[in-house]
Amino acid sequence: MTTPTTSTPSASDPTPAGDRTPVAVEGTVTIAVATQAPDLSNSFGEYLRAWAKRIRTGESGVLPVIAGLIILVIIFQAKNSHFLTALNLTNLLVQGSVFILLGMAEVWVLILGEIDLSVGYVAGIGGVVTAILASSPDNWPWWAAVLAGVAVTSLFGMLWGTLVIRLRLPSFVVTLAGLLGCEGILLYLVNSHGTGGTIRLSSNVLLDITNGNLSPAASWIVAVAAVVLFGATTVLRDRHRRRSGLVAPPVAVTSLKVGGMAVASAALVLICNQNRGVGFIAVQGVPYVVLVVLAVLVGYTFILGRMRFGRYLYAIGGNAEAARRSGVSLGWNRLWAFTLTGFTAGIAGIVYASRLGSISNNIDGGTLVLYAVAAAVIGGASLFGGRGKMIHALLGGLVIATIYNGMGLIGLAADYQFMVTAVVLLAAVTIDSLARRGRTTAS
Amino acid sequence: MAITAESGAPASPGSDDQPLLRLRGITKNFGAVQALTGVDLDLPAGQVTALVGDNGAGKSTLIKCIAGIWQPTTGDISWNGRPAAIRTPRDADALGIATVYQDLALCDNLDIVQNMFLGHEELSHRLLDETTMELDAKQTLADLSVTTVQSIRQPVGSLSGGQRQSVAVARAVMRDAKLVIMDEPTAALGVSQTAQVLDLIKRLSARGIAVLVISHNLTDVFAVADRLAVLYLGRLVESGPIADYDTQSAVELITTGKHTPNDKGPAPGPEA
Repeated sequence: MTTPTTSTPSASDPTPAGDRTPVAVEGTVTIAVATQAPDLSNSFGEYLRAWAKRIRTGESGVLPVIAGLIILVIIFQAKNSHFLTALNLTNLLVQGSVFILLGMAEVWVLILGEIDLSVGYVAGIGGVVTAILASSPDNWPWWAAVLAGVAVTSLFGMLWGTLVIRLRLPSFVVTLAGLLGCEGILLYLVNSHGTGGTIRLSSNVLLDITNGNLSPAASWIVAVAAVVLFGATTVLRDRHRRRSGLVAPPVAVTSLKVGGMAVASAALVLICNQNRGVGFIAVQGVPYVVLVVLAVLVGYTFILGRMRFGRYLYAIGGNAEAARRSGVSLGWNRLWAFTLTGFTAGIAGIVYASRLGSISNNIDGGTLVLYAVAAAVIGGASLFGGRGKMIHALLGGLVIATIYNGMGLIGLAADYQFMVTAVVLLAAVTIDSLARRGRTTAS
Repeated sequence: MAITAESGAPASPGSDDQPLLRLRGITKNFGAVQALTGVDLDLPAGQVTALVGDNGAGKSTLIKCIAGIWQPTTGDISWNGRPAAIRTPRDADALGIATVYQDLALCDNLDIVQNMFLGHEELSHRLLDETTMELDAKQTLADLSVTTVQSIRQPVGSLSGGQRQSVAVARAVMRDAKLVIMDEPTAALGVSQTAQVLDLIKRLSARGIAVLVISHNLTDVFAVADRLAVLYLGRLVESGPIADYDTQSAVELITTGKHTPNDKGPAPGPEA
């Protein structure tokens, strides 16, 4: 029995004997096999070939986005040498953090093949609730106000989820209604607060999320810790796989990844640690919000990659009927995903309020949600469900923030920003769609 | 008129003359419509039983009754000689009955290991234990001699039809299925893929697993089945060893519910 599509790895593969399962070949099976993964193979050359093949079949990974980001940075730096200064770069990170967090909110539902159009205004409500509770007359401690803010936004997510699941309504319509309704609720909350349409954020801790910085020494410690943590978990996992007789990515690839991350972190810290203060007070260090984004990224990536819940979300997004027949509860898992979208939107809203120092009744939640979806999709999440990672929202959010910031810097106003973002988004969706076609015809 | 020998009292579980699954008088009504009427069928362990019949004969209804998706209106099911109630797919799963659906079984975006363990993930410290799952999946595929996949970490969407069937079957086997029901396993497959799947079915029965295959393709049926069961308008008109039939008599049974006895002798025998 032959399979025409199978291209077996060449006999000269430097594969340790332990990696080939002794296959009991009974009768008609003639193809000698490799249970070895082309995408996890031990040799560097093999890994590169497998990677090239994955790109052709639509599993390109994050490198194209990173490449695009680097190109954007080079263009803007060439146009305006202020782009890569400490002041502008930290500004970009703070701007981008809102897009990134909203993008990560969106990834939860995008994986399911659903969408949440309400995250912009839900985020706004999160910011408003927190701002109101943290200021007089309520004067809640900052953490209690934050908890209340994200609790409210989680409930909104839960409500959309319930409507989508119980009444079987399309999430597009439910959350479109949510967008409108939440804009109304937001206006009501802000206007009835009696401070003239703007609620000032009076908690210093909350203001420091985006305006405060780690000390230069702490910035280095955090960067080194992050790189070491990433490197150690990767190396330990690969070693565990090899010891169990499974293949793992070649050491060269792992070294490249960890090395790349180390260089990027070092560059970031070096730039952020320069004094960007105007006047006598030194302003230096990595903004706290970077820690918030990293914590959310790591936590969510862990849930999606290592927990059953995450696996089930991908399964439901890939083939809901198959997941159901496998005993996966469609209702509960989808409800939690919608709730997490609301929760994450709440965090984004608080960061947004922190950046503005206040929250007003003219938040453009409609544009924010479009940026959120764009961030996730530009980064590599699929609108068709089943594919998407938190890192995609991070990279996509950075791309959008770079365009937003860079075009402002070279003097192109909102008209051009929107048009360029539109082109980038269209390009990303086209790639997603082509990749999908590539995957289905790959066999 | 089931022609299996009704050998008196239930024997001890697992004894040779005891079929793994025994259906007696299975009737299923949907309102006024009688989809199945008094179906008697035995499925012995280690044998491939082909269930054939024209469209609307009740094949799907019958397997859904076995798989726990529907419950028979009347009738008895016994498993290993003991009466069994299969009310839900979970009950069927618990007994060791696995159904392999053609299109709806796998998630294209998940890889082979993830698909094989979907809904039954191995955990260590409440986290997914990828190493254990990958080793187990690899072992199961090797045991079944499913050897044409390059990597068990590639997404199922990139596999061919035959390979997808193999993954679906391996998924059933890994959960210690004792009876595997396959609905049209070769319907959408090309020649070599079909051969691959038929081969896999034979290997399943060689492992002592009872297999029930629904198929419209009589060539495949005669290539792989040990026993034949024919449904006609909701009645099981015949069942018996495959050697008692040839293509012509099978077609006659499927289309008319009867067969003329004179074609038994000189007809070109099936390649059983």
